Amino acid sequence: MTAYRLPKDPYNIIITGVGGQGNVMASRVFSNMLVQKGFFVTIGETFGASQRGGSVMSHIRVSSKSTWSPQVPKGKADVVVTLEPIEAIRVLAGYGNPAVKVLTNTRAIYPAGVIAGRLSYPSLDEIKETLKKLSARAWFIDATDEAVKLGNAILGNIIMIGALSAVGDLPVGRGDFEAALSRTLPAEKMADNLTAFDLGVELMKQ
Amino acid sequence: MSYLTDEKEGASCLVMGNEAIVRGALEAGVNVASGYPGTPSSEIIENLSKVAKEPNLYVEWSVNEKVALEVAAAASFSRLRALCVMKQNGVNVASDFLLHLAGSGTRGGFVMVTCDDPGALSSVNEGESRFFARLLEIPLLEPGNFQEAKDMTKWAFDLSEELRQIVVVRSVTRMSHASGNITYGRLPAEKRRAEFRFDGFALDPDEGIIISAPVAWKHQQQQEKIRKAREIFEGCPFNTYEGPERPDLLLITSSACYLYSREAVNVLGAEDRVGLLKMGTTWPLPPKLLAKHLSRTDKVMIVEEVLPFLEENVKILAAEQAAEIGVKTFYGKNDGTIPMTGEMNPDLVIAALSSVLGIDYVPVPEEYGREAQASVIARAPNREQVFCPGCPHRASFFSIHNALEMDNRQGFVCGDIGCYTMAIGSTGFNTLKTLHSMGSGAGIASGFGKLGQFGMDQPILAVCGDSTFYHAVIPALVNAVHNRSNITLVVLDNSGTAMTGFQPHPGLDHNVLGEAVPPIDIARICEGIGARVEIRDPFDLEGTRETLNELIEDTSGVKVLIMRKACALSPQRKNKKDYTVHVDETICIGEECGCGRFCTRIFGCPGLIWNAEKQKAEIDEVICVGCGVCADICPQGAIKREEVA
Repeated sequence: MTAYRLPKDPYNIIITGVGGQGNVMASRVFSNMLVQKGFFVTIGETFGASQRGGSVMSHIRVSSKSTWSPQVPKGKADVVVTLEPIEAIRVLAGYGNPAVKVLTNTRAIYPAGVIAGRLSYPSLDEIKETLKKLSARAWFIDATDEAVKLGNAILGNIIMIGALSAVGDLPVGRGDFEAALSRTLPAEKMADNLTAFDLGVELMKQ
Repeated sequence: MSYLTDEKEGASCLVMGNEAIVRGALEAGVNVASGYPGTPSSEIIENLSKVAKEPNLYVEWSVNEKVALEVAAAASFSRLRALCVMKQNGVNVASDFLLHLAGSGTRGGFVMVTCDDPGALSSVNEGESRFFARLLEIPLLEPGNFQEAKDMTKWAFDLSEELRQIVVVRSVTRMSHASGNITYGRLPAEKRRAEFRFDGFALDPDEGIIISAPVAWKHQQQQEKIRKAREIFEGCPFNTYEGPERPDLLLITSSACYLYSREAVNVLGAEDRVGLLKMGTTWPLPPKLLAKHLSRTDKVMIVEEVLPFLEENVKILAAEQAAEIGVKTFYGKNDGTIPMTGEMNPDLVIAALSSVLGIDYVPVPEEYGREAQASVIARAPNREQVFCPGCPHRASFFSIHNALEMDNRQGFVCGDIGCYTMAIGSTGFNTLKTLHSMGSGAGIASGFGKLGQFGMDQPILAVCGDSTFYHAVIPALVNAVHNRSNITLVVLDNSGTAMTGFQPHPGLDHNVLGEAVPPIDIARICEGIGARVEIRDPFDLEGTRETLNELIEDTSGVKVLIMRKACALSPQRKNKKDYTVHVDETICIGEECGCGRFCTRIFGCPGLIWNAEKQKAEIDEVICVGCGVCADICPQGAIKREEVA
């Protein structure tokens, strides 16, 4: 397998968002990047109802030793990537801890109760304050807005994957992304995805 | 081509549990595979259909699970290898045939994969298929990781052939829909020829007729097969043990719960105290293997999903062998150590283990936990599931709801299984009032429609999806017409089995292999049965409501309204906007209007939001799919749609 020493074994990533944002795709691509590097990876995900606008979550367990449970134990996330900001708060309440890192796409998708006026949605400042308080480090990335500029809002998930690779805890980068993606994606879609990935890496430098 | 067939023997790949099952079936040389879509099982037939060509497979989505099992049985009877796949409720549908099949026995390797959904993540039940194995006396295997999902599926075909009996492989959502690394084995070169032999001695298992009678003889044969399975399972490599020679506690588990249990032992650092016995063969249990492990400890915990199936069966063996192995203390579901409902996870096992072993465990610092919980309550508003933007069901239920309100006689709708199940909640205007199995809305409505003689005068409606119509609604409709029940059935025809990912059904002109097939028209079936039939586009709100009111008024018998519009996520509609939609801010006067924010408060499309700063409705460009329906609901006409050329 691999000689790379993970900061923690298993290293636990949670990718969260709302059904339809490309959560499953993002977790598969990132996991395949790690598998190519020789890691054991287990992904646990909830879908089926995921296209129906509910909260979705993928748990990615990375290990140099063995296969772990498809569910991360409570309080044991090492990094949380969120495609929708309040979903990060929800995930941290279950899996967060004072050492967790959080990468947040800033674009809100309003729950039905908020649209109907029954519930209220926090301001971006309130979200930032909460996530900073509940994490060791928090990054805020305008992934959807940047993806819209690239011409396709769905690429927000790839921007976040680029950003995740730039955190530096795991030995994966652009080459691994390209190799993982070429397994499933038609060649004509590759260029846009690589641009989005690079943008994610770039936005982490700011 | 697919990485399920491209990769060579020895390759290591990251695959879903369902894909591992597919690879296992391919390595076993499966010839025929059938099933009915249902989360979390659907990817198995889908993936097999994608690779069907080269190994000369026949793959079909059958009309329902019972027929699927019968189709696969024909292959087994013809000495081919057959796979049948369904979710847990499907086993109930197939169970009448399964009872008789278990009695008649099989020929070519025959494996039934059931994918259960503990915790009902995408079901309206958390039914257990494992009990069918005990009830119907057939062998049951449960993979405990992804590699086993592949290896066990392959082995199940061999076992089935050896026993001449169907073998059940049971997965769960967290196995089927989780992914892990597996190492591939070899794909076989053998090609089988189908031949059904029936002219030997009648009772000959290979050349006689295939029936479950004479029952006394066949039942004895069936139980002999189970005895043989029990012996084989004593040495089965899928039953594994890890831990000390004499553990303080023996934890017996199976399926995804093995991964949770292993995690829990690791988190608590209890590797020296806990022995982990993973059972891959959960029916019948091998008594000698159990006795060996039970004799080495006094305390036993059983971790499984959902009901205490393994627990009860272990306890029976422990009682039978008590003189030899001693009396044990059991921890599990019956004594409340492990919850009796819902799915398991590592934390539930950690809690059970730490209480039995007397270990203190705190997952996160108390202050952090408090802060995080408070943040969720204050700043993470609940996100309920909703119909997608552009979903025809939102429009259909809007019209049904409004028609019943207008009728004002406490009319109601009986529902069943599909995306439209969500009409039980606010996204479907709380329209559904009963919800059970596939097709049961129509059957229940048929019964309600006969209660007039007891004074019931409420209008009775039922809804079903197009795939569900073929699966289980037709008999209910026949029943309603023949028995002169007065009901209105609304068929929500969105051109595919949408909830599970657009599997084709008998109403379409292509099958899962992409071949042209004769579509079977719902309207003509209903007319043939003798119902009055109307067809509407659900996006025509006014026309639909008028038709509905007319049908509700019509007391002549069974009326069927077919609401025909493809699903917003269907290949024909996805990423294709019919309209660009915007809110004219000069016309929308917000709270001043008197409409009470009708568009956002009532209609509830995720693409139509309320801008609190401007106090006006607004289209979320990222979410809106351009169906244009909302333009018809604004009383001021402030929502504008322009056709996309």
